[in-house]
Amino acid sequence: MSKLIVTSVSPGSSVQDVGRFGAQRYGLVPSGAVDRLAMAAANALLGNTLFAATIELGPLNSVFTAKGGAVRVSLTGATRPADIAGTPFNVNASVTLADGESLNLGVARAGTFGYLAIEGGVRGEPMFGSLAVNARAGLGSPYPRPLQAGDELLVAAASSANEKRIDLPAPAEGPIRVVLGPQDDEFGDAKDLFLSSEWKISATSDRMGYRLEGPVIKHLHGHNIVSDGTVNGSIQVPGNGQPIVLMPDRGTSGGYPKIATVISTDLGRFGQTQPGRAFRFKAITMAEAQAEYRAFAELLQSLPGRVHDSNILMLDIKALLSSNVAGVAVSATDDNTWQAPQTADAQD
Amino acid sequence: MVAALSPPRILPSGDAAITVEFSRTIDEEANRRVLALDKLVASAGLAAVTETVPTYRSLLVHYDPLQIGFDALGEKLTELALQPLPEAKAARRWRIPVAYGGENGIDLEDVAKALNITPDEVVARHVGGDYKVAMIGFTPGWSYLSGLPSSMQMSRRQNPRLLTPPGTISIGGIQTGVQCLAGPSGWHLLGRTAVRTYQLGRDPIFLLEPGDAITFAAVDEKTFAEQDRAAEAGAFVAELIAS
Repeated sequence: MSKLIVTSVSPGSSVQDVGRFGAQRYGLVPSGAVDRLAMAAANALLGNTLFAATIELGPLNSVFTAKGGAVRVSLTGATRPADIAGTPFNVNASVTLADGESLNLGVARAGTFGYLAIEGGVRGEPMFGSLAVNARAGLGSPYPRPLQAGDELLVAAASSANEKRIDLPAPAEGPIRVVLGPQDDEFGDAKDLFLSSEWKISATSDRMGYRLEGPVIKHLHGHNIVSDGTVNGSIQVPGNGQPIVLMPDRGTSGGYPKIATVISTDLGRFGQTQPGRAFRFKAITMAEAQAEYRAFAELLQSLPGRVHDSNILMLDIKALLSSNVAGVAVSATDDNTWQAPQTADAQD
Repeated sequence: MVAALSPPRILPSGDAAITVEFSRTIDEEANRRVLALDKLVASAGLAAVTETVPTYRSLLVHYDPLQIGFDALGEKLTELALQPLPEAKAARRWRIPVAYGGENGIDLEDVAKALNITPDEVVARHVGGDYKVAMIGFTPGWSYLSGLPSSMQMSRRQNPRLLTPPGTISIGGIQTGVQCLAGPSGWHLLGRTAVRTYQLGRDPIFLLEPGDAITFAAVDEKTFAEQDRAAEAGAFVAELIAS
């Protein structure tokens, strides 16, 4: 059987799918991919079910090597330089690694998490219907922990399908949208400060929570509330007034007031925001948020239809413009800065 | 004559969950209403509800917004929350063995000093309490119990510990807790139990349910070590003394 060998891997990389549900009442959080659109797109590229398990890649260098046979993979999410034996490989495409060949992944340029899907999916033993790693709970398969160099994933032999690329809509820009509550009444005027200020994600953030840096958000009645349930995107404000946005490995309950919640549609985009990069929040109504939720569900379902053979060069002017070909700083001497144009066919 | 119930607050927790809040404080009556609503939601067969998370004072209801909107589900939940509470019936009760003090409960002496009583009296008071699982949360199997005797209530530690041992039995504020996995805690550590409230490969994986009654029993270190081996092999160790 073919294997995909983890030759080296960025910290913060783990097998993730949509997560495990139904046991939050026992303190078991779902976990799952930070950027579900990117994860589903990686699966769509290989004809996998959209929510099959993938490798969620941290932002630093990783190398994966095929062993025992060819292995077909796809890469989505954070843009980064990538190559196979020096041949550049673009994000949002599939590629087949011949036996012994390595996929070299550089440092993320835009975004934080990449998604590496494997044709036929990751093989493992699901717990509560999921392979997603939750290291604290000892869950996840084939390894109940983040990936390490030397790990081996059993994979299906590569099919002879044509290599694919996927046309994703240009990532939304602008503020991260939130619905206020459930404890926004604990904040008074500080709510306006929260919504009008510029924020940055702290470098100490992880899959449990993203710590924000910005003005101090003061509570009206202190920072201790009686613990209640949390969701992905809950924005809790501890005593120091610096909000923490809860991510897929959050605690299922928390004892700090929650000023607002990031809408489901923007969770992936928020999760891909790099530390130190400034952004703002914007409050929208529940009706707007749920309309966005429906649109996002439609976008997910549309992914298989957005996959095309990559050897057909389609001159899509809009995609060319939005892919910002000229906007990347390129050095003639540092090939880490080089990136192939998005619409060119990297497989030829 | 049954007093009319006050309607809960229906609060948005994003676009796919509703917090049904009965109280802002730890309140036995609110917790009863939370657990009653949790059962009603389960039996109402609401297809759009994906899972519920009961806590001391609120029920978090996760739902699929493709199937129902915030307003419609909020109305439905309010209606269910206003149904008369079922007769309080005896919950199943577990006896949980605890090795108090020493290495297993490094704060026992300090708690005794703070309460101006002997360590033995701290243990006697803790064992003498009648507890209920008010909620399970934070990390798998972390069970928050109501019913701590008022003579044992003290504020949490100024400096939370980053790592406390699995099976820790601790007190914080007006609560006591059974912690399953090693993890951070700002509570005072009184002892350890061999009971795994969460254990993979065992049926059930999660031993305690919100609403269960709990009694603690003091055991010596040798018994704890024996029980720990048995529990590791899959034994409950906790004893079901009423069901």
